[in-house]
Amino acid sequence: MQTASLWKRVLILLVCGWGIVAGLPNLFYSRVEQHNDALAAIEAAGGTATPELEAARAEWPDFLPSALMNLGLDLRGGAHLLAEVKVEDVYKTRIDAMWPEVRDALRDLREQVGNVRRAPSPDGVLRATIENPEGMAAALDAVRGLGGSVVTLTGVGESTIDVTAEGNDIVVQLSEAEKRATDERTLQQSLEIIRRRVDQAGTREPTIQRQGEDRILIQVPGIGSAQELKDLIGTTAKLTFNAVVSRTTDAGANAGPRNLLLPSMDEEGVYYIVEETPVVSGEDLVDAQPSFDQNGQPAVSFRFDTTGARKFGDYTAANIGAPFAIVLDNEVISAPVIQSHIPGGSGIITGSFTVEDSTNLAILLRAGALPAEMNFLEERTIGPELGQDSIDAGKIAAIGAGVAVAVYMVASYGLFGIFANIALVINMALIFAALSAVGGTLTLPGIAGIVLTIGMAVDANVLVFERIREELRQNKNAARAIELGYERALSAIIDANITTFITAVVLFTVGAGPVRGFAITLGIGIITSVFTAVLVTRVLVELWYGWRRPATVVV
Amino acid sequence: MAFRLRVVPETTNFDFFRAQWLTFGGSMILTVVAIVAWIAMGLNFGIDFRGGTTIRTEATEPVDVGAYRDALSGLELGDVAVTEVFDPNFADDQYVAQVRIAPLDGQESVSPETIAQVEENLRQISPSITFPSVESVGPKVSGELIWKAVLAMVAASVGIMIYIWMRFEWQFAMGAVIAIVHDIFITIGIFAIFQIKFDLTIVAALLTILGYSVNDTVVVFDRLRENLLKYKTMPLKDVMNLSVNETLSRTIMTSGTTLMALGAMLIWGGDVIRGFTFAIFVGVLLGTYSSVFVAKNLVLFVGLDRSDKPKKSDKNEFANVDA
Repeated sequence: MQTASLWKRVLILLVCGWGIVAGLPNLFYSRVEQHNDALAAIEAAGGTATPELEAARAEWPDFLPSALMNLGLDLRGGAHLLAEVKVEDVYKTRIDAMWPEVRDALRDLREQVGNVRRAPSPDGVLRATIENPEGMAAALDAVRGLGGSVVTLTGVGESTIDVTAEGNDIVVQLSEAEKRATDERTLQQSLEIIRRRVDQAGTREPTIQRQGEDRILIQVPGIGSAQELKDLIGTTAKLTFNAVVSRTTDAGANAGPRNLLLPSMDEEGVYYIVEETPVVSGEDLVDAQPSFDQNGQPAVSFRFDTTGARKFGDYTAANIGAPFAIVLDNEVISAPVIQSHIPGGSGIITGSFTVEDSTNLAILLRAGALPAEMNFLEERTIGPELGQDSIDAGKIAAIGAGVAVAVYMVASYGLFGIFANIALVINMALIFAALSAVGGTLTLPGIAGIVLTIGMAVDANVLVFERIREELRQNKNAARAIELGYERALSAIIDANITTFITAVVLFTVGAGPVRGFAITLGIGIITSVFTAVLVTRVLVELWYGWRRPATVVV
Repeated sequence: MAFRLRVVPETTNFDFFRAQWLTFGGSMILTVVAIVAWIAMGLNFGIDFRGGTTIRTEATEPVDVGAYRDALSGLELGDVAVTEVFDPNFADDQYVAQVRIAPLDGQESVSPETIAQVEENLRQISPSITFPSVESVGPKVSGELIWKAVLAMVAASVGIMIYIWMRFEWQFAMGAVIAIVHDIFITIGIFAIFQIKFDLTIVAALLTILGYSVNDTVVVFDRLRENLLKYKTMPLKDVMNLSVNETLSRTIMTSGTTLMALGAMLIWGGDVIRGFTFAIFVGVLLGTYSSVFVAKNLVLFVGLDRSDKPKKSDKNEFANVDA
């Protein structure tokens, strides 16, 4: 018999060994999870550990791998929301905010256009009626001059607004290009806000994903209900501008009366003591955009409304040279020094920003409230007990299936059945190891997929063993029959598994949530089962054959 | 000779075409019946495809479906369906029911306030009641989900057809697709006749059936391809019978292990996943049957070009792969 070369055998056995070691943590799921949580907590606390954390950490030895597969919502319990962002809301806000500018621009042309008043119009459209239609051309020019240019990937500088004339009316709305750019910003902003809100609640592995044009998928394990999640997302971010008393690196510093000790967002271990009463709060902020300062450094420009502008102007005039803190949800985003009196209610935040930093900061500053309302298209709440029941049921079913198949294989193929069963166990370990390695998620249909794999994984072995039997029947000698069996069954094994793999790929591409989890386990299962059934059993058979040298082989 | 469990004798010589009018004809008629049942009776769509809300309830008091329905009759709701759920895994005092509420016309979905009211009313008649899962899907999404499901089935079928066409002959691809259509439509028909809940996971099950059915068919085709080269003068029908007989033991063995595993899942896997497992179970039975009695019949009807022109695929293509 032509046997596999030594390095090939070693490689195959190494893969099996990796599978068993890397799959192992999933058998002790809750212990490993406690260990991982404790490690993360110790890390977060700067390396200091409480006795409880130490105990939790000791649940699982450090030298063993500790990557786990994720459990889907249907197994862990939690809430799932699919939200549609009403992007049109933003068009209305933007267009309505333009009215004062349009009015002022037309007022400058009073001799030509006469009086101007706003006419009723649908949401997202501004209609201004002018007295003298003769001045229309000049009016249109003036209003068009208000629009900026949209920066898109195609680089074409289209205007942000469409201005047309209808009788005595000037009709202003956002241009198509600007609408698209606005949608994109609205979605980014909503995602960022939701992420912050959910992260704050400190739940494990939330999924926050954009889906398609205007949808956001939010999955949070361990939360009580979809309603709770909605409340959490709906909470408004709290943005304030506070006077800074001092800066410290002592987490336990005494802030003093009516002061707050707040951590810095990006400087590790830095804390600010700020006055409790904010100078201005986020409700007064109208806009924040990434921009550049006079030296060409990335910065963020912002604008307050009238009340905010007055308060901010007074404060900056009185405190030039002193730092003030921009605080978002009790974290100091940055604490710039006031360079000069800022009268107009708009200002610029500089710092050592990259372009990305300034973009994010602008998003965060605007992140006071969600930019647009959300419509919830799908809401699902799964209780943790139901998930646990499903896990337990899945375990029993998997054990039942495994035992039944194992007994059946040994009864049908004797010793070769035992080889197939060893391959089956390694196959299971490899599936879990692969799921953990790629951070895959196990769902309830995924468990069904694994059970199905138990049944189908032996197929490749059945094909090989049946083929060996046939070859033996033709009086080939044992070694030759085994060799031919593996060789001739291969084309059927490959064809059969590729076709099944195609369906797994389709399921993964088109499916969502639990179905996707099923596709992943099915796909991984196909790859690992071909590996174990073709390569692993062959190594086992060859080792056995080389050791016993039987004159005849009975399959 | 050591003891071996043999479900199929060592060598068989069945003529799988003898009662062709019954097996293949019957299958085609059954397929048509299934399609008619599907159209006439419709499927019992879950909320994934129809929109609405399902609430799973669990209590220590027995479920009185009528009382549940009465408790909800005062509320302004769309159609309400209450079904009790049974499962051998349940504890003795564990009573589970499923309440399904269709949204009222013109409403995007059942509102959270309504759901809270439903839960409150149910708590009054059954104090120990809990709600392990509450799921709502709006009609907008459900419409898209149907479309996506259909797309998935078509994409998978086309992908497989192309693969088989490349590896075998176009007649084989057609035969495989007829077998797929047979398996999937009869399964859907069974879901229609027994009005079993049809949701997104059932679509996943149908795709799995598709995969299994082709898997099984391809193994027979593979042997057929090999034998066609080996016995160049034997009539096509005989080569087919020989190929099926030769692979029969494997066919039975594999569907045996698969059905055993699925059987375990069906019994112990819990009620949440039962529809899914049931669909795959039925599909594997049908898939096994169709690979023996349906797929190759079409190839026989259409006929094969067995002249010695170079074949698209060489049977030794994989024989050189060093294992």
